[in-house]
Amino acid sequence: MDSLNTEISSEAQLTLIFSALADRTRRDIVTRLAVTDATVSELAEPYDVSIQAVSQHIKVLADAGLVSQTREAQRRPCHLEAEVFDLMTKWIERYRLQAQERYERLDAVLAEMQDGDQSEYTQRRRRGAAS
Amino acid sequence: MTPPARYQTAIEADPQLPIIRITRDFDATPEHVMKAHTDPELFARWCGPDSLTVTISDWDATTGGRWRYVHTRGVEEYGFHGCFHEVGSRRIVQTFTFEGQPDGVALETLLFEDLGNGRTRLNAQTLVDSFQARDQWLAGGMEIGVTEGYAKLDAILARH
Repeated sequence: MDSLNTEISSEAQLTLIFSALADRTRRDIVTRLAVTDATVSELAEPYDVSIQAVSQHIKVLADAGLVSQTREAQRRPCHLEAEVFDLMTKWIERYRLQAQERYERLDAVLAEMQDGDQSEYTQRRRRGAAS
Repeated sequence: MTPPARYQTAIEADPQLPIIRITRDFDATPEHVMKAHTDPELFARWCGPDSLTVTISDWDATTGGRWRYVHTRGVEEYGFHGCFHEVGSRRIVQTFTFEGQPDGVALETLLFEDLGNGRTRLNAQTLVDSFQARDQWLAGGMEIGVTEGYAKLDAILARH
């Protein structure tokens, strides 16, 4: 049951991640945190929004497990939890493998269609040669 | 042992739009790849995993037509339906609903690109109505398709 529960919780987490990343500003914040950790006020600088608004974005990203905040003396830098992206990659990779399996079945069907056409063609040629 | 497939499937989840894009090449003419998508008997042979039985209950692969099929495995039953919005010579546009989530509908656009020498590139785009729906789409595909393959897939993924 543990693996089932893990699946369910990762599905719920994936929903949170996709919702969190549906916002342009939050995607931008994630891109910047991929380079280096930064505080909320550092993150707020280039945007025409309040520190409170950026703080709210950070909260959404933190709830999705994408970002964590550590306490360092006077600062509370935000840190990107890179391994969370592995979860997304994993789900997309599964989807890809599933599509690949489906298309390998289609390959087999197409190969048979090709053979069918060729035998029809051969038959036509034989008939043509006989007449 | 099945030999490794000659062509791999490329997939992309667009970060800006709730879209999934799939690209895959085939050693077959566009006519054949199209026919494998529009002929119900051919389609039934590849659309689902071997462990599921496919029953096509509606099928009119013409512009304005509709389709419906059910995958069954023992008592498990998964229905899907939609409309063929357009069936052209190199393009199929259709809607897709998983009946387990009847309010959800995706718009699929399939382009069959002629690569010459009897090869075709299939470009399949699926547009859903929200990022959340796309997440469910990605997750739901697994639910119906690869239950028996979970362990196997996990093993494969673990090696990557």
